[in-house]
Amino acid sequence: MTAVDPVAPVALGRVRGRVLRKLWHNPLGVVGGVLLLIVIVAGVFAPWLAPYPPSQVHFTTPFQQPFTVGFALGTDDLGRDVLSRVLHGTRASLEVGVLSVLLAVVVGVPLGLLAGYWRWLDAVVSRLADVMLAFPFLIVAVGLAAINGGGIGNAAIALGIANIPTMIRVVRAETLRLKESDFVLAAHTMDAGAGRILGGHVLPNALSAIIVQATVIMPSAVLGEAILSFLGLGIQPPDPSLGIMLSDAQQYLFRTVWPGVFPGIAIALICLGFNLFGDALRDALDPKTSHREGR
Amino acid sequence: MARYLFHRLWQSALTLVLASIIVFIGVRALPGDPALAMAGEEADPATVAAVRAELGLDESIVVQYLKFMGNAVVGDFGKSIRTGTPVSEMLGATLPVTIQLAIYAMLIALLLGLATGVVAAVFRGRWPEWTANGFSLFALSVPTFWLGILAVLYLSVQLGWFPASGYVSPFEHPLRGVYYLTLPALILGLTHAAVVQRQTRSSMVETLTADFVRTARAKGLGRAAVIFRIGLRNSLIVVTTIVGLQLGGLIAGAVVTERIFSLPGIGKLTLDSVFTRDYPVIQAVVLVITAAYIVINLLVDFLYTVIDPRMRVSGRTS
Repeated sequence: MTAVDPVAPVALGRVRGRVLRKLWHNPLGVVGGVLLLIVIVAGVFAPWLAPYPPSQVHFTTPFQQPFTVGFALGTDDLGRDVLSRVLHGTRASLEVGVLSVLLAVVVGVPLGLLAGYWRWLDAVVSRLADVMLAFPFLIVAVGLAAINGGGIGNAAIALGIANIPTMIRVVRAETLRLKESDFVLAAHTMDAGAGRILGGHVLPNALSAIIVQATVIMPSAVLGEAILSFLGLGIQPPDPSLGIMLSDAQQYLFRTVWPGVFPGIAIALICLGFNLFGDALRDALDPKTSHREGR
Repeated sequence: MARYLFHRLWQSALTLVLASIIVFIGVRALPGDPALAMAGEEADPATVAAVRAELGLDESIVVQYLKFMGNAVVGDFGKSIRTGTPVSEMLGATLPVTIQLAIYAMLIALLLGLATGVVAAVFRGRWPEWTANGFSLFALSVPTFWLGILAVLYLSVQLGWFPASGYVSPFEHPLRGVYYLTLPALILGLTHAAVVQRQTRSSMVETLTADFVRTARAKGLGRAAVIFRIGLRNSLIVVTTIVGLQLGGLIAGAVVTERIFSLPGIGKLTLDSVFTRDYPVIQAVVLVITAAYIVINLLVDFLYTVIDPRMRVSGRTS
């Protein structure tokens, strides 16, 4: 997979083409991809797309219905524009999702590689993963919030920690499998060190499993952020978050349901996008599905 | 098999001890001095020192840990800083509510998940499969606590089918108790039903297309027998694992569900104790939930050996 080997990039390119072709031919995957694109554009460009700053209050126009002039999705109890807050909340959700995936990858992948490669480390790392698994993410978040108070970092760290053990297990299983393959044996005979084997041969082949696991973590982290912020353990007001919007809206549900409807739809669309796209990606990356006619 | 079970028992005990050390050190890492908090901000140093000695905070951390664990094992978690009530009493009042909610939710999840999973596997490529798959995709993507809020608004407030909030002990009023818990349990169980559906479906499809099933069919075994005696039994192994792994999510979900439906469970206790920085309660709640999680996963592993005869011989999952 390095510059020394001129054949590998061609083969990799072919694989990538096949994966993309399979994704393109899966209608649910395309729907998921389009949803994701919309969500990512909405999140990344929220500051430019939103008509108002997310926390700007309009005391004269609270509880506006959706589709009123000036407020496309209406306003909440303080007259804040729901559309602007949903866009910024989506941005915050994606931030927490990406941060927690990064944390899970940065900690989980090296530990998984090492545990799969050296048996003596396996016992230590697997025990560590067991201990981490014993703490549900909400409990980690509760503990962190008790120490630091809530915040976007608190949510991301709690959700990242919660996803490290499964990442370790996925990478460890891949390493155990790949360690026995012929090309690793060939690398051994050419006197390649552990670093070269793990980094140059095992990791690139484990990449698809890692990517699939990341698409599993993302929606659960987005949901987790909403739950934590809803409970007051995640993002703190006045910062916009879809979870905070839901908890605010709950108090005024009897006056108007709309400020509580749109953030929920936003969370659902983000998660649906990742779930659909992740499923399609898993099917596309799985070489076994090419022999069948797909789903 | 005895060796395997013993190994798992020993592993779980080790995990539990490590987890309790993390909880203990974590609570000591919290900002603020518990002795000062109990004695009051204006207390003179002598009083604070007396309180510290009474709490045992002047001893070494190892001694403190051993004392704490010694007391915890017999159910003594100290007293709440905020109310002065023994923490064990608070746990005793809240834990049953959460356990009832969790068991009810898991039952709903299993019933719904297994039924839709079997339907999806049996009617592959036809509309029942798409409906069942659509249901699980919906339940996995939609934040269920949001559904809970909307359900309270429409099913409880507007239609009046369910109570909007509150808790009645099923031991005192069996029917009313179950009725009050139905909507919360349904909301909490929905996500887990989706996960069970997916696992059941994929494992049923795998089993039903296996060669030995084709042989069994050719020899004249009925369709229903194949689906329920072979397919379902094999998927139960996978589903059992999933149920074990889902418990962490179930606990997290219970905290949110209790908040939405104002149920006096351990989730409410957890949130209250965090927001008021009631350290003895935080410590006890985290320890109890973690211990419950570890013990249930151990039980799940033991269940395997009952469901899967292969485990009894080799003592390993493939």
